[in-house]
Amino acid sequence: MAVPEDLLYSKEHEWVRLDGHSATIGVTDYAQHALGDIVYVELPRVGTKIEQFGNVGVIESVKAVSDLFTPMSGEVVAINDGLENDPAAVNREPYGAGWLLKLRLSKPDERNNLLGPSEYDKIASE
Amino acid sequence: MVEYAGFEMPVQYAGILKEHDAVRKRAGLFDLSHMGQFVLTGDLVAPWSDELAINAVATMKPMQARYNIFCNDAGGAHDDTIFYRLDSRWLLVVNAANAEKMWAHLNAHLPASGVVLENRHGRNALIAIQGPRSVEYLQPHVDVDLAAMRYYFSAEGRVQGVPAVIARTGYTGEDGFELFVDGSHASRVWNALLNDPAAEGLEPCGLGARDVLRLEAGMPLYGHELTETITPVQAGQTWALKLNKPNFIGKAALEAQLARDEYSRVVGIVMDGRAPAREGYRVTFEGRDAGEVRSGSLAPSVENKNVATALVAKAAATPGTRLGVEIRGTVHEATVVPLPFYKRSQ
Repeated sequence: MAVPEDLLYSKEHEWVRLDGHSATIGVTDYAQHALGDIVYVELPRVGTKIEQFGNVGVIESVKAVSDLFTPMSGEVVAINDGLENDPAAVNREPYGAGWLLKLRLSKPDERNNLLGPSEYDKIASE
Repeated sequence: MVEYAGFEMPVQYAGILKEHDAVRKRAGLFDLSHMGQFVLTGDLVAPWSDELAINAVATMKPMQARYNIFCNDAGGAHDDTIFYRLDSRWLLVVNAANAEKMWAHLNAHLPASGVVLENRHGRNALIAIQGPRSVEYLQPHVDVDLAAMRYYFSAEGRVQGVPAVIARTGYTGEDGFELFVDGSHASRVWNALLNDPAAEGLEPCGLGARDVLRLEAGMPLYGHELTETITPVQAGQTWALKLNKPNFIGKAALEAQLARDEYSRVVGIVMDGRAPAREGYRVTFEGRDAGEVRSGSLAPSVENKNVATALVAKAAATPGTRLGVEIRGTVHEATVVPLPFYKRSQ
């Protein structure tokens, strides 16, 4: 499974791409593989303020409904509208076209609570 | 892999959608060895079964297969099953989760003589090949003429040289066959079929694809559309109810339910939007609670829409009725449609 070096990760299998005080968030290759064919993603509205590790939506495969958690706190500034018609993008490109949301971070220091690539890879492959 | 009725079962192999596609377009292979298999022998099997189950058994022709439902006194379903009438015995296939309950139920009603039961659950294997190319893919492995076999009939023959009941039955809405063999031969049969280079695009299929396929085909799944409290009448299986039989368990209750016609019933619904309806979600009609979703899935063979079955009040059950499905606090619009959602073309 791919675990890109330039991202941070949560134990709940989300990834974070930091860009100053902004972050892009998605689910990992491990997560999309474990979920199977993704058929629906429900995301918070733009403008919603969310707290680190809080429940922010759901991701559904053919058989299962799973909660989505945010790895960091902040205000939702964009969501991936393309997933409405093409939720399978999460399966195809979990780190690219399958991104979920962008945040303006309220607590950038929370990055210290996240996992590095090798640490996450170890947890995920257990 | 998941634990299901005491068996380790794969939900999926290559992926539910890929497996589903194989069954609709070519063929898929299913290991259904978890299903309960009981062998019934004796002169009284047919008349005895006719007093326990709602469909007719005595009228079955040699080698015929027939769907049947065992009910409780209130008309609720103990289990839905298939009877196979073979040369000198009967095979009764029951749901894995109900195998122990059904074994106890049959034994509790066993007459002093004329019926002998043998429990083959966990000892007999069941391998199904389902899809439009099933005849082509299976024929080289068996010694019976598959093209000549009628739907819902069977033959006793050999697959890969081992004794088998070969039946043209299934649970996917496609043509196909079910192969009953001794468990010791199961992996040999499975591997021979799957690794046959001529069987192009034959996919091994798990429980996930099976559930989507049966839902699209409008077939009930025990525990969802049929339960100890949801009767065959409510589940839309009245076609299998033979009220001309003198007596059987649940007959009076089912007759009364049909006559009153006020029962909640299982309907098919198609969601307007992309959010899937799932088991247990509440259903509303004209702003009021009207029932609940019993099964739901994305349905690739129904224009890739989200479909579901729901148990709803009579007033909300007519095809065309607009319903709401409450998903995480938001009401999503849906329409009642006739079942099945999908019917194969030929």
